[in-house]
Amino acid sequence: MARLLVTIGSIFLTLLGVSVVIFVILRLVPGDPISMMLPPGATDEVRANLERLYGLDKSIPAQYVIWLRNVAWLDFGMSTQFRLPVMEIILDRLPATLELVLLASLIALVLSFAFSILAVWLQVDSATLAIDGLAGLAQAIPDFLWALIFILAVTLFAPMMPVSGRFDPRTAQDFATNFYLLESLVTLRFEAFAELIRYAVLPALALGLPLAAGITRVLKGALEEAMAQDYVMLAQTKGKSRLAIVLGEALRNAMIPTIALTSVQLTFLIGGTVLIERQFSWPGIGSTAISAVINRDLPLIQGIVLVFALIFILINLASNELYRAADPRLRTSR
Amino acid sequence: MKKLLGPLAGAALAANVAFADDSTLTIAYNVSLPSWDATVGVSAVNPTIQSIYKSVYDQYIDQNPDLSFRPGLLTEWGWNEDRTKVFMEVREGAFWHNGDPVTPADVVWSLERAGKEETGNPIQFLWSTLGNFTVDGNRVEADVLRFDPTIFKWMAFLTAYVLPKDYYTEVGAEGFEKSPIGSGPYMVDEYVANSFVRLKRYDEYWGGAPEFEMVIFKFLPDASARVAEVETGASDITLEIPYEEYDRLAAKDGLNGVTTPVSDIGMIFINDVGVMEDANVRKAAAHAINKDLIVDRLLRGYGVPIDTLQAPEYAAFTAETTVAYDPDKSKELLAASGYSTDNPVKFKIQTTRGFKPKDYEMIQAVTGMWKRVGIEAEIEVYEIAKHFDLRARDALAPAAFYNWGNSIGDPSTSTGFSMFGPSPHSTWDTDDVDAMIGPLWGEEDEDVRIAGYQRVDAYIAENAMVIPLLQFVQPIIYRDGLSVTPHVANFLLPQNVSSN
Repeated sequence: MARLLVTIGSIFLTLLGVSVVIFVILRLVPGDPISMMLPPGATDEVRANLERLYGLDKSIPAQYVIWLRNVAWLDFGMSTQFRLPVMEIILDRLPATLELVLLASLIALVLSFAFSILAVWLQVDSATLAIDGLAGLAQAIPDFLWALIFILAVTLFAPMMPVSGRFDPRTAQDFATNFYLLESLVTLRFEAFAELIRYAVLPALALGLPLAAGITRVLKGALEEAMAQDYVMLAQTKGKSRLAIVLGEALRNAMIPTIALTSVQLTFLIGGTVLIERQFSWPGIGSTAISAVINRDLPLIQGIVLVFALIFILINLASNELYRAADPRLRTSR
Repeated sequence: MKKLLGPLAGAALAANVAFADDSTLTIAYNVSLPSWDATVGVSAVNPTIQSIYKSVYDQYIDQNPDLSFRPGLLTEWGWNEDRTKVFMEVREGAFWHNGDPVTPADVVWSLERAGKEETGNPIQFLWSTLGNFTVDGNRVEADVLRFDPTIFKWMAFLTAYVLPKDYYTEVGAEGFEKSPIGSGPYMVDEYVANSFVRLKRYDEYWGGAPEFEMVIFKFLPDASARVAEVETGASDITLEIPYEEYDRLAAKDGLNGVTTPVSDIGMIFINDVGVMEDANVRKAAAHAINKDLIVDRLLRGYGVPIDTLQAPEYAAFTAETTVAYDPDKSKELLAASGYSTDNPVKFKIQTTRGFKPKDYEMIQAVTGMWKRVGIEAEIEVYEIAKHFDLRARDALAPAAFYNWGNSIGDPSTSTGFSMFGPSPHSTWDTDDVDAMIGPLWGEEDEDVRIAGYQRVDAYIAENAMVIPLLQFVQPIIYRDGLSVTPHVANFLLPQNVSSN
């Protein structure tokens, strides 16, 4: 119970610190929303009036206190560009990002586990070299460049693959939630699910490939290390096949460093959605963040940064718990 | 929260319904639409979004593709003889997308709302020049509280959209954002922010139902994605792609291209500080730039060199005012102030990078040309928000590249606001120019007003108080079977696209 309270307290303190930093930085860097909306002919009075309307005529500490007081009631203010409550915008767009991240993570995990296990199981130099080479290539190219490569490749080789949006805009989507993929699965609408996957696969691949490469390198190394341990030799003497030993004995021990790396990489992956969503017109929180920054939509930027911070904290907490579950030494020392 | 928790509740859902058919026009568009209120906030003054607004809403007064004015929801307009009153005749037979008729009350409400400070209309200073509205049948009259000769031109410009009084009042600002209605040729069918908007033809449109039953604007800020869309056939038409790509795609089978000089110019703001107070330095900088070369080599010919802030389609354009490319003259001018290639005059020039076609490359070319005559300019790249901020605080560098849109083509909205000292958009603040522009704000005689601005432009050009570079050209690529009428105001309007 005490640990839970400490954890919750540290979350609040971290978020408070993040909120102060982002609030102050946004008001100190050049460029404000009022300058962005001043048309030709606007006078100083017009500027002053707009500053008053958006509450920017007060001192930074006064603005922060007002904002924080409202946030305590989950009121993050109104977006200056979307003209809707920030919380509503975030809740509306977050599912699209979470589904994209989930799919990218799944792709990364499937690819990395498959290649790592394959390499350790086969023990063939050429296969290991090929997997290492592929992993190196995937890691060397950042996600936004993968996106560009995929967009160009579609033009040349796969014109039927969509490069924008989350679904065919000519199609009316009748979903009750914004978790389209999950919802189509839960409601057994497999045709809709396949169509949604068709739209998601390229952005998810672009996001997931560098992550897959990172996990492959760590997992493969950890598996090779595990395969040199005494308990593996013992299993071999019992007549178990190499694949059974890899899956049944080595994989569990190799998971510990893999979990640690994946959790760190996952936070980068969420950060990567900012560019990928924009490139593929994916209507998530990442593309919203970019347009908020371009238009100096201060309330929306503040809200999104807090949500990202919260997600990062939760991922770290989850990875800690997974780490404990995977490593018995941590459980007993609790 | 329901949207987040819904799947856990296991809601029962209907299947997808496909609408796709040949009467759909899909546009790979370069910007995203954040807000449906075309009269308030950042979007309202963003020229690139106006194409979508103009598809859904009607303006008081409309514009032809060549920038000339034509009736919108107003069929007639004007002043009384002593310019103390305006009259506006509201169109009969126009309907909102919910079937209600458009009434003079809607026009009055829209103008009054735009003129109130508390609504946050960025052009409030102009709309508030009218007041005390009266309605008689379809005729609206108002008192001129402050005379502005451009008020009717502004009725075809930013924020000049008529919104439905009863509907807006009933649903409120947030309700309108979620479910907007207008009286334009298309109705909003579905909108996914940062992804697309799907519009449905409005059969009751007063101007006649447009050809396409459905129009989709896909929001694709990434140019390579727009190219891929139109090249793979996923979109029928796109715009604002690199000129190299335009040439390649226009030559491909199945695709066509059209380019048009538009109401958007590239210019170098001069701030009257430091070395820029020396007229010789400014003039030398202006004469050293070979604009033809920039257009030919950097922009592949897609640009129109200009010497004043008026593009050829603007009301105050005159071919008589020119600034010659003359590097020898630049050297002489600099020598007169003690500068040479061995002892160059130094200042900073700011520019965006990637905001406009080849903006950074253009400024690189300009600084290269300057270097040859004895000007050493250090380039600083800034983002557009910083430019706005610095310009509003009159804190731009001695030279700063920017683009200036002016879709109504009036000189007050180009030379006027960018060169008149008291304007927050002006970087040049001197009494001589202010004295020339000042009386033109309220000039009642249109010919005198235009001639006055032409004199101001000539004076500014002669003294190099700003360096106009070129008029931008809008490239449009579209598939075979379509016919596209480009719009000088930079719009890509679905109602101006038809099947062959």
